Amino acid sequence: MIGYIAQRLIYAIVTFFFLSIVVFIIIQLPPGDFLTSYVARLEQEGDIIDEAEIEALKREYGLDATPLEKYFRWFGRFLQGEMGRSFEWNQPVERLLKERLPYTILLSLITLFFTYVVAVPIGIYVATRQYGFSDYLFSVLGFAGLATPNFMLALILMFLFFKYFGISVGGLFSSEYALAPWSLGKIWDLFTHLWVPIIVIGTAGTAGIIRVMRGTLLDELSKQYVITARAKGVAEGKLLFRYPVRMAINPIVSTVGWQLPRIVSGETIVAIVLSLPTTGPLLFKALISQDMFLAGSIVMFLGILTLIGTFLSDILLIVVDPRIRFEGKA
Amino acid sequence: MEKQEPVLEIRDLHTFFPLEEGMLKAVNGVSLTIHKNRTLGVVGESGCGKSVTAQSILRIVPDFAQMTGEILLHKNGEVIDLAALAPSGREIRDIRGRDVSMIFQEPMTAFSPVHSVGEQIMEAILVHDDVPKAEARAHAIELLKLVGIPIPEERVDAYPHQLSGGMRQRAMIAMALVLTPMLLIADEPTTALDVTIQAQILRLMKTLQAEMGMSIMFITHDLGVIANMADDVAVMYLGRVVEYGSVRQIFRTPKHPYTQALLRSIPRTGRRARVRLEAIEGIVPVPLDPPDICPFADRCTQFIPGRCDEKVPDFLDIASGHSVRCILYE
Amino acid sequence: MTTDATARLSSSAAARAAETTAEERYFLASQWQLMWRKFKRHRLAVLSTTLLAILYLFAITYEFWVPYGRLTKHEDYLSASPSSIHLFDSEGRFRGPFVYGLDGEIDFDTFTRVYTEDPSRVHRIRFFQKGEPYRFWGLFPMETHFFLPEEGGVIFLFGTDSLGRDLFTRTLAGARVSLSVGLVGVLISFILGCLLGGISGYFGGTTDMLIQRVIEFVIIIPTIPLWMALSAAVPPGWSPVKIYFSITIILSIIGWAGLARVVRGKLLELRESDFVIAAKVAGSTDMQIIVQHLLPGFMSYLIVHLTLAVPNMILGETALSFLGLGIRAPAVSWGTLLKDAQNVRSVAVQPWMLIPGLLVIVTVLLFNFIGDGLRDAADPYK
Repeated sequence: MIGYIAQRLIYAIVTFFFLSIVVFIIIQLPPGDFLTSYVARLEQEGDIIDEAEIEALKREYGLDATPLEKYFRWFGRFLQGEMGRSFEWNQPVERLLKERLPYTILLSLITLFFTYVVAVPIGIYVATRQYGFSDYLFSVLGFAGLATPNFMLALILMFLFFKYFGISVGGLFSSEYALAPWSLGKIWDLFTHLWVPIIVIGTAGTAGIIRVMRGTLLDELSKQYVITARAKGVAEGKLLFRYPVRMAINPIVSTVGWQLPRIVSGETIVAIVLSLPTTGPLLFKALISQDMFLAGSIVMFLGILTLIGTFLSDILLIVVDPRIRFEGKA
Repeated sequence: MEKQEPVLEIRDLHTFFPLEEGMLKAVNGVSLTIHKNRTLGVVGESGCGKSVTAQSILRIVPDFAQMTGEILLHKNGEVIDLAALAPSGREIRDIRGRDVSMIFQEPMTAFSPVHSVGEQIMEAILVHDDVPKAEARAHAIELLKLVGIPIPEERVDAYPHQLSGGMRQRAMIAMALVLTPMLLIADEPTTALDVTIQAQILRLMKTLQAEMGMSIMFITHDLGVIANMADDVAVMYLGRVVEYGSVRQIFRTPKHPYTQALLRSIPRTGRRARVRLEAIEGIVPVPLDPPDICPFADRCTQFIPGRCDEKVPDFLDIASGHSVRCILYE
Repeated sequence: MTTDATARLSSSAAARAAETTAEERYFLASQWQLMWRKFKRHRLAVLSTTLLAILYLFAITYEFWVPYGRLTKHEDYLSASPSSIHLFDSEGRFRGPFVYGLDGEIDFDTFTRVYTEDPSRVHRIRFFQKGEPYRFWGLFPMETHFFLPEEGGVIFLFGTDSLGRDLFTRTLAGARVSLSVGLVGVLISFILGCLLGGISGYFGGTTDMLIQRVIEFVIIIPTIPLWMALSAAVPPGWSPVKIYFSITIILSIIGWAGLARVVRGKLLELRESDFVIAAKVAGSTDMQIIVQHLLPGFMSYLIVHLTLAVPNMILGETALSFLGLGIRAPAVSWGTLLKDAQNVRSVAVQPWMLIPGLLVIVTVLLFNFIGDGLRDAADPYK
């Protein structure tokens, strides 16, 4: 068990290094650097800069370092909480993130919670009524939910609300609370706004989990141990929850870690459409204006968020599955 | 022979499965009697309907099966028709595990992998009797000891994957016997085990039968095991009993061509090595909408055109306690 | 043996043979025949395949089916609603399919143009008409359009956008890009996935461990932010074709991981199977084993997985183009068309701008139905 956790922890650290490399590449991707544009601007203004001067500037800003040196310099600073400066906002990246990231985490976790709370019971319900009306109904809804891109769902919801109720849904706060300090009223206001993004982001995941839950539960229901329990005289309802549901939960738990990246991913684009004060729109703007330190740091943090989620779901799996608990491997 | 008291009488049992491809007549008019403290061996190739017969007794066949006939359980002077009970109702659930219990072929899949062996044995007790958990646990440990599991106080908390195949089957037997049932149905209990373990399990079952005084319905395709275990034998083929008699009658004077062929197909010690084993031609057909003719007609070497394919032969008594379903004896 | 007994035996053997041929055919059928047989029974999947084939056919040959060019602006008909097709004129006479002429007015409540039909101007729809010249596949100059209204009339099946471009034309043009991105992207990730998954599963050890970590990493990373970051680096000055391929490659960089995982898992399972060990004992080389024994073993699983991966690619392209980071104007894809629908107020007045989104949903649904049917069929003995 300790071995398993240690192994997962090492995997998570390895993944974290991969992540940092990818993010570093993203930061370096756009052609040119600010010095190039600085020189170009000076040249436009008629100034002539000689090569030696450029070299000196390069050395000063560490731009002549090899990519490897640059990477370690950047990564070392990142670990110390220094993420560079956003040119667009003219602010340190970490300050911008501090404002936005909590909302992203909050929204993602609530959506994750909502997804499972809705999907698991429905999955159990439809599996026990295979080929019944509700089974077909949820199959159709599930397919539709999986097939609709979430930004499309956001557009449709916004359109319907605007057309029939004349209100524009979007944002996380009403205008009177947006800049107000925290109060009970503001929290309540937040909750009245949260449900739209939760539905929009969560629908696809919910539909997916219903399908997985239904499938595995149907599989489990035909297993021998269910017959054994029935032969012991266990009542059907008790039997269902004690054995097959318990078993079908395992694959569901092990996918929590994959669900989170999907939610964070969906959150990014939905936040842009619904203009939520999360990292999504910030990332978008940063990318448009090639504000790469900001963009890279956001990708980094979203990655770390899902990395932690996956790690925790691996740990959670030990709790529910004794086979892993005792054998020490997946 | 002492006077025999019936424990379970099956009368003209039919268990059909309506499938897309047609009616699967798994059990097609089976009548059997199991006597007190005796072992009935049910033998036949895979697909002959022996397992479905067993599952029909406990009413654990899938919901969509169509069942007719009578299954009479003699319990304390009362006669209960199990076939007439609701398949998941209170009455049948009271009988399962308490009066009639069952053990299965695959002890690995027959236990839930996420619950400890002890939990599963205790459940068999707690479903039927309102006793404190500690008492149920003590009882479970006692039973584990009885079936010869070393250090039962520790093994009670083991998960199925931590036990060897033989130990699992012992635990399975402990679970089945925990409430001292009057009838134990053993569905190929030793098929998945090594020969040496198999012998141990068979010996254990015999000892326990003598100690606890119960009847056993022993299902197998292995004639050697039948010779070892059974008092009476029913030979099944394609959903019907084709021959029934005492173990002596079946092995000494087999009457049905199928029984004869089966006996010719097993190796025996003491027989001259030059004698060739005879395989039975063809494979067991699937009983999908079977025609009303002798079920063995198409594989029988003594097939009589115009007679065997005319009707299903009657089940005739040809000696005391010896019956056969074959045109040759009509 | 007596002749009588021999005759009886052979006759019963013949009877047996006749009875078992049906069964034998079942056991002797190849894996693909069995799959096809099971797939055919899945009616929804068969119907979806047909519809999807039609959709692809339209996308491949779209220039012929549409009445206008994808960039042609009808300045007199900005944001026009979808044309209604009539069969009977105002006096109840049957005229064949036709459209009325449109009069535009400004609605001073919403400050948008509203078009009303003028019953006096009947423009019948003609098929195989010569119209605006175009280049089929950008190569062959042609003039014939499948349908066009008579001289002077206009037809906009899905309405027009704010620049007066026919949305029906643009949706079909977008289909070519959006539908092919899915296929090309899946092809690239297929190659990547098979290669890396295959290496990982077949050789095992440290190689496996490393590739496994990379796969895990790619699966853990939230896709959209990463896609966004990568495609933002595609220089805006590139040609549409170059952009198209860079976007497809970016989509595949993430798509291959799931596939590699499937390949690896299946390979590990098969590697231990008896027939592979038998082949090894018989002296087959690694390559022979992979090609002859392993590939057929999980080809069916791969096909199922690929079918289900295409819609993800399509959704990815749509999302990126919707944000303006994917396919860019003047190229047209369903995502770029939806970009115009970002403003709720304009959608409220012109709901037909959402039609390309509807097509995205339908396409993804069709792929999912087919994938489901294939999944059931891939397990022929189940």
